[in-house]
Amino acid sequence: MQKILKKYVAFFTFPTLIAFFISFLLPFFMGIYLSFTEFTTVTDAKWVGLENYVKAFVSSGDFLNALWFTTKFTVLSVLCINVLAFLLALLLTRGIRWTNGFRTVFFMPNLIGGIVLGYIWQLIINGILYQYGATLTTDPKYGFWGLIVLMNWQMIGYMMIIYIAGIQNVPTELRDAAAVDGATPIQELLHVTIPMVMPSITICLFLTLTNSFKLFDQNLALTAGAPGKQTEMLALNIYNTFYGSIHSEGIGQAKAVVFFLLVTFIAFIQLKLTRSREVEN
Amino acid sequence: MKQKNLALNRTIFVILLLLALLFLVPVLVVLMNSFKGRFYISETAFLPPTGAMFVGLENYFSGVEKTEFFSAFGYSLYITFFSVLFIGLFNSMAAWYITRIKSNYSSILYYLLIFSMIVPFQMVMFTMSKTADILHLNTPSGVVILYLGFGAGLSAFMFCGFIKSVPIDIEEAAMIDGCNPIQVYFRVVFPILRPVAITVSILIAMWTWNDYLLPYLVIGNKYRTIPIAVQYLRGGYGSRDMGAMMAVLVLSMIPVIVFYLSCQKHIIKGVIAGAVKG
Repeated sequence: MQKILKKYVAFFTFPTLIAFFISFLLPFFMGIYLSFTEFTTVTDAKWVGLENYVKAFVSSGDFLNALWFTTKFTVLSVLCINVLAFLLALLLTRGIRWTNGFRTVFFMPNLIGGIVLGYIWQLIINGILYQYGATLTTDPKYGFWGLIVLMNWQMIGYMMIIYIAGIQNVPTELRDAAAVDGATPIQELLHVTIPMVMPSITICLFLTLTNSFKLFDQNLALTAGAPGKQTEMLALNIYNTFYGSIHSEGIGQAKAVVFFLLVTFIAFIQLKLTRSREVEN
Repeated sequence: MKQKNLALNRTIFVILLLLALLFLVPVLVVLMNSFKGRFYISETAFLPPTGAMFVGLENYFSGVEKTEFFSAFGYSLYITFFSVLFIGLFNSMAAWYITRIKSNYSSILYYLLIFSMIVPFQMVMFTMSKTADILHLNTPSGVVILYLGFGAGLSAFMFCGFIKSVPIDIEEAAMIDGCNPIQVYFRVVFPILRPVAITVSILIAMWTWNDYLLPYLVIGNKYRTIPIAVQYLRGGYGSRDMGAMMAVLVLSMIPVIVFYLSCQKHIIKGVIAGAVKG
């Protein structure tokens, strides 16, 4: 079969390969090259070495601000989302009535696109702040907490679904045994349920981590970085460097490469953790 | 003991009910405000549209007109439908080939595809949109081709994982019976892939329907998909029509909610499968 199938390599793989080359491979390597050059379109590049990378960090503080804002946002939202989603999953695996209905409602925001979500919450938060004579863009802390609330609303249901699947996979004998041995519900949770759903916890942690770190649409719609650039996250900062200022395409591309390296680093840790856990099992 | 549990469950039920209402409130507030005059919205976001505030469907008419919503809906539907179709077809074909043929070509392609899943869009957005311009891919059909390449990582990963668990014997038997690989693929392999194809379709549909930045950069100045239409309404400072915005938000949520309620089971299953593999 190998021999005959090999003759059909073009038929089976070229449609994907060609599209992949145009939309990813070529732009990716061009992007790395261009980050070391000065350019306005992709054809007039002039080699400048590491200048763009130096400028990205030094010439204005906005990139480092965005990095700090993104990190704070990511840590807090990862913690909030996972704790709340796990609690909800615990409540929804007790056989309470309307469980399916609740699940449907909690998961629903996850399907709504980031831009739409951003404007929904802009209305809600501005509506509340109006009573106090403020708006979302009066103070960066409103934008920050707004993004946290939005992200929780969007992701809790999704993570809850994964936790529910994990909890339902815990063998009932284990819980019964713990109950017979006189374990309190808290002990059972800490020593039986949580260790047994560790795989789900790892998945959820990294899903929320990468989603929060790469957030763009919601950030653009909710505050667009205002006031000033104080609620600008990394992805939006890169976007604004490309399209919001003149002659800074090279710097934008250098920032994008740094962003790519950070995301890859997170993914690499995830891979390591998943692998080491597999060995233990 | 039993009575205590019953009381506890009742409390939990009430808590869950309140939480579910809290989850629905943002959507309901938007719905309510979509019937309110545009100048009342920012100031009285939480009041029902009564008396002078009520404007009927006026916001819907102006929102649809300003954003050309129905053409945006058409473009979104076109791009989503053909992306799902092409990704399901071409990527599963490629996935079958690289799983069944052990060669350097297969493994290099596989690892490049997996690698592309990690790379954030910002890394390639500028160069990709310029490439698309040069190659005249700046049309809705061009966007479909870009999605075919961009979605290849996730879908190849899911398809390959599934194909590995399918025994090769049936395919070899079909080959011995005189089928060529194309016949084997469409008559034997493709029907087996159905469950994973549904999962991939749902993940791709959710992604392409809601994606803003890629279509905005590539075709945004000529064609508006729904997310681009919503963002377009933001307009300049102070000139925003909040009424039209509310109406367009409601209109853009309707297809998603209908889709969700009609194939909820598949969606939830697909999302779990996608998460566990990713």
